[in-house]
Amino acid sequence: MNILVCIKQVPDMESKFRIDASAAWFDTADLAWRMNEYDEYGVEQAVRLKEQVAGADITVLSIGPDKVKETMKKALAMGCDRGVHITDSDVSRRDPAEIAGIIAEYARDKNFDMIFTGMQSQDRGSGQVGVLLAEMLSCAAVTTIVDFSYREGRIEVKRELEGGIRASVALNIPALVTCQLGLNKPRYPTLPNIMKAKKKELLSLPVEDLRKLESRQQTARIYFPEKKGGGLVLEGDPARLADELIQILKQKTSILA
Amino acid sequence: MKLLLVAECRDGIVLGNYNELLSFAGKAGGDHAMFLVGRESSLPHYGGRLYLADSVKHGEYRPDNHKKLLLDTIAKEKPDMIVFCHSSYGWDLAPRVAWALKAAQVSEVVDYVDGDLVVPVCNAKLRRVVRVLTGTTVVTLQAGAFSPAGELGGSPVIERVTGDNESRIEFLGYEAVEAGGVDLAKAEIIVSAGRGIGKPENVEMVAALARALGGEYGASRPVVDSEWVEHSRQVGTTGQSVAPKLYVACGISGAIQHLAGMKKSEFVVAINTDRDAPIGEIADVLVVADLTQLVPILTAKISAL
Ligand SMILES: Cc1cc2nc3c(=O)[nH]c(=O)nc-3n(C[C@H](O)[C@H](O)[C@H](O)COP(=O)(O)OP(=O)(O)OC[C@H]3O[C@@H](n4cnc5c(N)ncnc54)[C@H](O)[C@@H]3O)c2cc1C
Ligand SMILES: Nc1ncnc2c1ncn2[C@@H]1O[C@H](COP(=O)(O)O)[C@@H](O)[C@H]1O
Repeated sequence: MNILVCIKQVPDMESKFRIDASAAWFDTADLAWRMNEYDEYGVEQAVRLKEQVAGADITVLSIGPDKVKETMKKALAMGCDRGVHITDSDVSRRDPAEIAGIIAEYARDKNFDMIFTGMQSQDRGSGQVGVLLAEMLSCAAVTTIVDFSYREGRIEVKRELEGGIRASVALNIPALVTCQLGLNKPRYPTLPNIMKAKKKELLSLPVEDLRKLESRQQTARIYFPEKKGGGLVLEGDPARLADELIQILKQKTSILA
Repeated sequence: MKLLLVAECRDGIVLGNYNELLSFAGKAGGDHAMFLVGRESSLPHYGGRLYLADSVKHGEYRPDNHKKLLLDTIAKEKPDMIVFCHSSYGWDLAPRVAWALKAAQVSEVVDYVDGDLVVPVCNAKLRRVVRVLTGTTVVTLQAGAFSPAGELGGSPVIERVTGDNESRIEFLGYEAVEAGGVDLAKAEIIVSAGRGIGKPENVEMVAALARALGGEYGASRPVVDSEWVEHSRQVGTTGQSVAPKLYVACGISGAIQHLAGMKKSEFVVAINTDRDAPIGEIADVLVVADLTQLVPILTAKISAL
């Protein structure tokens, strides 16, 4: 079985963001980077599938600048077999259709049986790339899965709906699924596996060779939302903060009164 | 401008979120029509034209099938914009339709200002103004961003839509997450643990503060997904909706799906090391502190009162 996992490198959301000179994106210097949280579940599910199906092979793909290789190494250490890095220093400007188009161009003649993506990226969060990719490859797709099983060419998955309801659906491979938080428990790469990952193939392809679609939308500008609530911000020594907070609760609420 | 609003149905019942589509339409201006794969026995309160396909024939999750029905409707209606809710139905179907139409899709729209669509970036820390370069636009609306459009009324003028019902996906059924456990909706005071607690041992720290205040403890999704806390204590769109007198969010960033479950709380205190955490936008008090230091002190002081 031939498996593809798409992962995106995103900034740590706890970072202090600054708007860059173009005013259309944030400054990418001095940020900590990690694997998009949703994609970790995709990698884990792909590795579990490989453990179940003899002879399965996993390609992990990421589009982005050179530093995305660091994140790809984690996926290789988790158990992916090879990496395909599509080098692109402009990735933050691309719209979802362009991103999906690039991946589709790579994947078209590779006959993937199963494709895993995250349901959304944490930074741009469009939730489109997976479904668009499936449409481009004429492959069936199911979004937001929280449960996955495979048997004899058929997958059964559960989609998470609002209010804690799930929908069970079944379909034949080839298929694409977009992974939701909690789908599984992503493993931590072990030290021996981190060492092994260093020897795995990590192919780099220039984005120009694969980009066939033009952008359909642009970012006019990016800005910090106004703080509307006007809530109080307390800072300082914990013991004093605790006293201040208790005073506020006494004054503003009926609790502790 | 002409809009096509895509409503949703579950178990044969039309979902109330079509209301938010109408609110957006009011803001955008222009004409609109609605599309629904649903039942004639449960229709939206909508006085306009409703393209209705039967969910008994076409199912509730047959995306290939729904895509075709919607594309047929779009061919008749020729809308400039196709509007979905950013929901499990909308985010699944919208990209399929956008790709078929060669249209740009803008996801999770939170505002519409002078023809510009505004979307969140990086867990709502930033906002992005999007300019669309295609003639037709597909949008999905963030849940709750466009508040319901007041009194709605009228009965739709129904135009039936049908087609083949082929689908590569077989729907097997719905299941509800097991009920039982804690009913947070009844609690007057809730102290919730987020990923910022760092390790499972610290759940007890948060639970102790909840006890000291005479309340219950809750959690954000990552804490539940990691199985540090049971699912019945999860607050948010895929957990419980709560409206206590006091909600204390410990190490919770304030993602929209969490806020959706607790923003009706009367008084919100957030304890977070990140001064810019989006929870600060709805908190009455944001205490910028390491919860592992502050929470035990706070618990001790409250217990001593
Ligand atoms: C369809 C869908 C449904 C979802 N449903 C839900 C839902 O029902 N409920 C829900 O909660 N989420 C839900 N989510 C997930 C949601 O998007 C967020 O990922 C989640 O709420 C984040 O949880 P968190 O705030 O605990 O973690 P994070 O976002 O990782 O935030 C951790 C916070 O802790 C702070 N912190 C770190 N260390 C400390 C410290 N020592 N002291 C104080 N603060 C610290 C950080 O600054 C940060 O703000 C859903 C997502 C999707 C896509
Ligand atoms: N630059 C990228 N490289 C590889 N995969 C990506 C990239 N951007 C998005 N994806 C995949 O598409 C999913 C959805 O992303 P998005 O549509 O941006 O929310 C992500 O979870 C990834 O699996």
